[in-house]
Amino acid sequence: MLEVRELCVSYGAVDALRSVTFSARPGSITAVLGANGAGKTTLLRAISGLVKPRSGGIRFSGEELLGNSVESIARRGVSHVPEGRGVIAEMTVEENLRLPTLWCMGRHERQAAIESTFELFPRLSTFRRRHASTLSGGERQMLVIGRALISRPRLLLLDEPSLGLAPLVTAQLMTLLRDRTEGTDLTVVLVEQNARSALSVSQHAVVLNLGEVVVSDQASVIAADSELRHHYLGF
Amino acid sequence: MSLFVNITLDGLANGMIFAALALALVLIFRATRIVNFAQGAMGMITTFIASSLLGQGVGYWWAFVAVLTIGFVLGALVERVLVRPLQGKSELNPVIVSIGLLVVLEGIAGAIYGNASRGFPAAFSQSGLTVGHTKIAFSHFDVFILVAVFALMVAMLLLFRFTTLGLRMRASAFAGEISRLLGVRVGMFLTLGWALAGVAGSLAGLLVAPTSSFGPYFMDLVLVYAFTAAVVGGLESPVGALIGGLITGLCVSYVGGYLGSGLQPLGALALLMVALMARPEGIFARPPARKV
Repeated sequence: MLEVRELCVSYGAVDALRSVTFSARPGSITAVLGANGAGKTTLLRAISGLVKPRSGGIRFSGEELLGNSVESIARRGVSHVPEGRGVIAEMTVEENLRLPTLWCMGRHERQAAIESTFELFPRLSTFRRRHASTLSGGERQMLVIGRALISRPRLLLLDEPSLGLAPLVTAQLMTLLRDRTEGTDLTVVLVEQNARSALSVSQHAVVLNLGEVVVSDQASVIAADSELRHHYLGF
Repeated sequence: MSLFVNITLDGLANGMIFAALALALVLIFRATRIVNFAQGAMGMITTFIASSLLGQGVGYWWAFVAVLTIGFVLGALVERVLVRPLQGKSELNPVIVSIGLLVVLEGIAGAIYGNASRGFPAAFSQSGLTVGHTKIAFSHFDVFILVAVFALMVAMLLLFRFTTLGLRMRASAFAGEISRLLGVRVGMFLTLGWALAGVAGSLAGLLVAPTSSFGPYFMDLVLVYAFTAAVVGGLESPVGALIGGLITGLCVSYVGGYLGSGLQPLGALALLMVALMARPEGIFARPPARKV
């Protein structure tokens, strides 16, 4: 269980998050929605330790994450896929996949995990020795999702995974997320501009506006609220 | 003809030394985007330590190993104490600090050992080898230079290409934030990069000292040549450092041999300008990433 309590983050004099409180259950997808500048990316960066909050708390599986380094948080099973497809362009596809396994798997287990990722994304296996810089946008997205899943995280933070992707690829991605979450203890927090798509796969949703939680409820309830959708989600 | 051969051999030996120091510059630049102007001075100070050890009666090879180890520690210390606190601040700050460190180290060496030039022993004979009945301007020590720098390059290549340590070092250098999110302890690997650069710089000092006027400023010109080599090769490529070092060594040697040794720095400057105009990203620069 991820529990975010009264989280406040500031960039200088500007408040990016103001008393944000929500929780996300294992085996579920929680969508974080809102317009540009609502604080969605900052929220994920605070959970993974990239941004130091001014106050508040973040607990995951009963452990406080605040105060730990980014690396330590990652090693506790938190996998953050940042906005903009964070492949390491100078490294090959296989090297990108190996990296998150180095601290948690032996050689044989690592190789098996890489092969099962290639089974999940067969297209990637044909590029295994190619530099990530040569991949298309969709292929890069497959790579970062595969890389995020390979270390078997317990909390997956996805920032705008559908950005720039074709609708078909986005739909495949959302299906994959749902399949990976159902019946497991994986907790997914999904930040998306494409609210319609995010709500379709999420069980829970949090709507942010100017750094504050406007509503936190079941995704189906938010999807059914036309006034809320029109005001904050643009559809 | 024999003049050309001798100049070429001299250029190759010098080029390998430039390559060693260029490798140090490359290791640091690609990890932290800093041109470490103090790299030569760090090699100078460790060579003075070697000189002191030899003066105390320590055997050459013991002193050699000790100095490379000291170079490793010095590189790590500089990163942790002087460079790390400047992370996230103006990009100019570490450059100024590296220039300051250069001045401080040369000042310390001058204060302790004096500014006069002195001799430094070579590991092997420096008299030219005889091929057939002809004596060439290439000594056993020059052979040692080629072997030592080549071994360093191969060791670095193996480390970066075939070990998980090297994979993490490359990841830390190329994408620090992403690597941290993947559980890589980036700070530790950046320190290791500086430490390895310290080893390369110390090796360069030990190889240059017997062939030049060994004093507090003896690495300054070598740093200029090494910087030229690193730019020619493409500031982020260890292989580029090797090729750039050899090109610079040959260029400087030909200018010295045919036009006069006083013009050697100008030869390096000309090479630098030609390289920046013809291929500013360097010979071994990374190809541009696909736009998505």
